[in-house]
Amino acid sequence: MVTGHGRIEQAVRVWLPVGFFLVLALFPFYWMAITSIKPDSELYNRHMMPLLVRNPTLKHYVDLLTQTNFLLWTWNTMLVAVVSTAISLVLGSMLAYPLARMRFAGAGLIAMMVAAIYLVPQPLLFLPLADVINRLDLGNTLTSVILTYPTMLVPFCAWLLLGYFKTVPRELEEAARIDGASRLQTMRQIFLPLCTPGFISAGIFAFTLSQNEFLYALIFLTKSSVRTVPVGVIAELIRGDVFYWGQLMAGALLGSIPVALIYSFFVEHYVAGLTSGSVKG
Amino acid sequence: MSIRSEPLLRVALPPRRAFSLALWLDREAVFSWVMMTLPMLFLAALVGYPLVYGILLSLQDRVVSKPGHFVGLRNFITDFHDPIFWRVAVNTFVYTIVATLLKMVGGLGLALAMNQHFRMKNLMRALLLLPFIVPTVLSTVAWMWMLDPAFSVVNRVLIGLGMRTPGPSWLGTPILAMFSIIMINTWRGLPFYGITLLAGLQTVPPELYEAATIDGASGWQRFRFVTLPLLKPIILIVTLFSVIFTFADFQLVYVLTHGGPQNATNLFATYAFDIGMGAGQLGLGASVALMMLPALALLIVALTLYMRRA
Repeated sequence: MVTGHGRIEQAVRVWLPVGFFLVLALFPFYWMAITSIKPDSELYNRHMMPLLVRNPTLKHYVDLLTQTNFLLWTWNTMLVAVVSTAISLVLGSMLAYPLARMRFAGAGLIAMMVAAIYLVPQPLLFLPLADVINRLDLGNTLTSVILTYPTMLVPFCAWLLLGYFKTVPRELEEAARIDGASRLQTMRQIFLPLCTPGFISAGIFAFTLSQNEFLYALIFLTKSSVRTVPVGVIAELIRGDVFYWGQLMAGALLGSIPVALIYSFFVEHYVAGLTSGSVKG
Repeated sequence: MSIRSEPLLRVALPPRRAFSLALWLDREAVFSWVMMTLPMLFLAALVGYPLVYGILLSLQDRVVSKPGHFVGLRNFITDFHDPIFWRVAVNTFVYTIVATLLKMVGGLGLALAMNQHFRMKNLMRALLLLPFIVPTVLSTVAWMWMLDPAFSVVNRVLIGLGMRTPGPSWLGTPILAMFSIIMINTWRGLPFYGITLLAGLQTVPPELYEAATIDGASGWQRFRFVTLPLLKPIILIVTLFSVIFTFADFQLVYVLTHGGPQNATNLFATYAFDIGMGAGQLGLGASVALMMLPALALLIVALTLYMRRA
């Protein structure tokens, strides 16, 4: 009896608050999903119970994929995210390795500058950058965002990788040096292959951040054929005062899936990066 | 590194000429600077230069597609005489402070709730992080639909619970619109707080709680005198992070309200966008954006110094 009582009490203590937070966190996604499969007759009927669907339909998804450039936007988003993540990992490790391993005058200052640059928010830079991109004649090209996303991703990756690099023991590198390997060989052939988990963490973060980016894409990409998903959804599925809610929710859901999928595969890396890399540095 | 290995290296290498490029490049400082040149040039060109150029722009009467002239501080004087600018400044501070406090308290609650033993904890943790993972614009569109004037599901649930019809106009009333953007920012940022603090909680040694219990501490006292002091460094860092990115927030407000109604939710970033991109006044827009700099610089310096010490 006593243990039964304790178990119920424990269940309440755990699931009351956790359940509360879960409902709060997940309801918008449920609402996205249920809206996207409701026919318009149910969507805009105020007398029906809104939380359920009677006659589910895939019409909004079909419309989204056939009447808009959604697939093209998805391709653009992926391409931009993959390329800018790759650039950022390469440039980031070129900064992080010397800062983690070498002793030279100014190392501390550079490390602080990298951290400070990571914290410079985009709204401080977008107007001058818009002018720069215009003068380079890069407006409406994917190059414009592939070039500008790494401005936030490089310092971020460098910072995360710096934290990771410091946790890797030095013995292997020292052995390679004794065997006559140059510093470059040691870094590329011995050290970097040891750091795959660090690269996965930093890569997922960078990928998520590029998928999430909106301001630069909004300014630089004004032609439908070069848009990314967030900008395309906002600019083309909301036409004046007319909202295509079914399509909007279908687009929001489909647009979230790539990030959610990658995240679900690497959630442990993600949490590790979140809690150690960005916080303890 | 490798103070010990240096003489060994020289023994291991075959005899060489007095100067060798390969050996010179192998020196710690030379190798480091050569390695860092490319990323540093990149950051100088696309962060350093725009930052300086933004300051120059703010001192010009530059409009899109026309060369500007130096006008000194005239743009900043215009800002100071602009009632909307002051409205925007107040909005930004209210938004940042209230949203950060909510995320802090809520995040701590989430962390404490999750710091118990139960099944499927990892799954729960992954699900709870979803709002933070999903692209902000897309989840904000969902919230927009949830708060729609005619078909708001929030209102329909509230009416179902006995509220008067037709229910509040969430995005059409100034106070409620501010309340809405604060809530949605909290919804998105709370998991980040919660999961980070949870990781901090898990590093607290259980012996400390046992010792406190033996000394007769109540649950609240254990939280107040054991948990909280140990969490303080993490809370501080997460808060500074969150303050910086909430202060400069753009996406959420741009999508949900465009700064309306009557500028009630206009923030520095959205107002600078309106002036610089909407009205094409690059110089004036740059001056509005730069008004964020004093507060941001203070926060950024504080955070970098703190992270360096940690």
